[in-house]
Amino acid sequence: MSGEDANAAAAAIEFRKVVKRFLHQDRREESFLAVDRLSFEVAPGEMVAVLGRTGCGKSTMFNLLAGLLEPTEGEVRVLGHDPFREFDWFRGKVAVVFQNDRLMPWRTAVENVELGIELAGKNAEERRKIALGWLDRLGLKGHEHDYPHALSGGMRQRVSLARAFAVNPEILLCDEPFSALDELTGQRLREEYAQLVRENDKTSIFVTHSINEALQLGERILVFHRPAQIALEAKVAGGDREAIRQRVLAAMNLRDAEAEAAA
Amino acid sequence: MKPWYQLRKETVLGLGALVLVWQIASYFFPVYLFPPVPAIAEKFLEIFLDQESLANAGATAARIFAGLTAAFLLGVVLAFVMGRSERSYRYVYPLLNFIQGVPALSWVVIAIIWFKGTEPRILFIMTATTLPAFSFQILDAYRAMSKDLFEMTLSFRPSKRDLFRTLILPTIVPGMLTAWKVNLGNASRVVVVAELVGATGGIGYQLLMQQQLFDMAGALAWTLVLVAFVLLVQQVITRLEGWLLAYRPSTERSA
Repeated sequence: MSGEDANAAAAAIEFRKVVKRFLHQDRREESFLAVDRLSFEVAPGEMVAVLGRTGCGKSTMFNLLAGLLEPTEGEVRVLGHDPFREFDWFRGKVAVVFQNDRLMPWRTAVENVELGIELAGKNAEERRKIALGWLDRLGLKGHEHDYPHALSGGMRQRVSLARAFAVNPEILLCDEPFSALDELTGQRLREEYAQLVRENDKTSIFVTHSINEALQLGERILVFHRPAQIALEAKVAGGDREAIRQRVLAAMNLRDAEAEAAA
Repeated sequence: MKPWYQLRKETVLGLGALVLVWQIASYFFPVYLFPPVPAIAEKFLEIFLDQESLANAGATAARIFAGLTAAFLLGVVLAFVMGRSERSYRYVYPLLNFIQGVPALSWVVIAIIWFKGTEPRILFIMTATTLPAFSFQILDAYRAMSKDLFEMTLSFRPSKRDLFRTLILPTIVPGMLTAWKVNLGNASRVVVVAELVGATGGIGYQLLMQQQLFDMAGALAWTLVLVAFVLLVQQVITRLEGWLLAYRPSTERSA
């Protein structure tokens, strides 16, 4: 096993003192610090929930992880590789579920699910079989040939989940995918999501601003404060959930109070 | 959308009224000003029954297609160059804006001086007059591409070819079809001017002949041929649009 492979086996995801600054659009010389020396690791097969208030840099961290942004400083490693510089290497290995369903309106449900596998190079027959299987599994049998506008919000988000799982990725990244759904639909999809991740042994990072969602979907919770830095790391599995909830709440409030005092 | 053969009652009545007014006018004015409607219809049918006349109409159609295709292909390239690079946009956009401001007749004069043969002249005129609209409309469609869909597609790590095929092309198709519909009308007007000045065949040349013969019925018949051609192609594009954009939701209530 090479050193790189050994590293990948040790941590599926690794952030090492990552900094991300954005230039203000109108004032090019000034910058906005979104992520500040962020370091954490996620083990293979682990489900981690990233929790933080709006604007704390969760989505920036998410985009760094997805390889859509390049760190200003520090290093991001996913499966031992750089997601931004080695962009193509991750084809078929990482899938993302976004806050909104992001379905292509010109593709039917089944064609949307096929997108990732199509881009990974699978032939038409095989990808149709996989896509239909996932739609069936997520309760969308009978809606395979519906266009997104004909589906409800919950059904569309199910299609986007199917699209991500259909790739059979090693790593699954989710950015508040159920936040726009009603409570009942959101709860049902959270349960389905957790079951699918466990059954398929995926490494998963789930970004959310809901403590309940983090407790339900994370074996470990990382609480972020602004700019993105870890305020608290709490192991959920086997722990007292109420005690963890109080610690998480305290961490979020404490950091907010510190930030206000500093301002 | 109604099929082409199911014309609205209002359309039939409106056009019928025009025909009627024209026919009444023909009773009070000389034939060279207002020829009777049956005479125009007869000339119109003669065009379709005479091979040489049909060849003239075909030549014009071919010139319109050739000019629009050249402008479309060049327009797509320029739209992508501008869309992908802000620096290129700053250079190319003012040039296209300038080209758009040049009158069609000026392009005709320039083409006559620059080119020797009829066909290169007409191709040049057609391309120059329709290129800016193609470029701007395709650029607008490209820029209106959803950032969310772009990021989602990128998250699957597509090759550049796959990104174009799966996201960019379906995004710009509606803009392309609109550009074709708009430019078809422009092209049909410009081609007649170009043929009128420098060609020895085609609908524009035939119009020139009718003018020299003082034959209003012939002039109107040839004009109707061009209008019929434009309406027919627009119907084809509308059908294509209906098929390609079938995924769009429709509502029972109009705005």
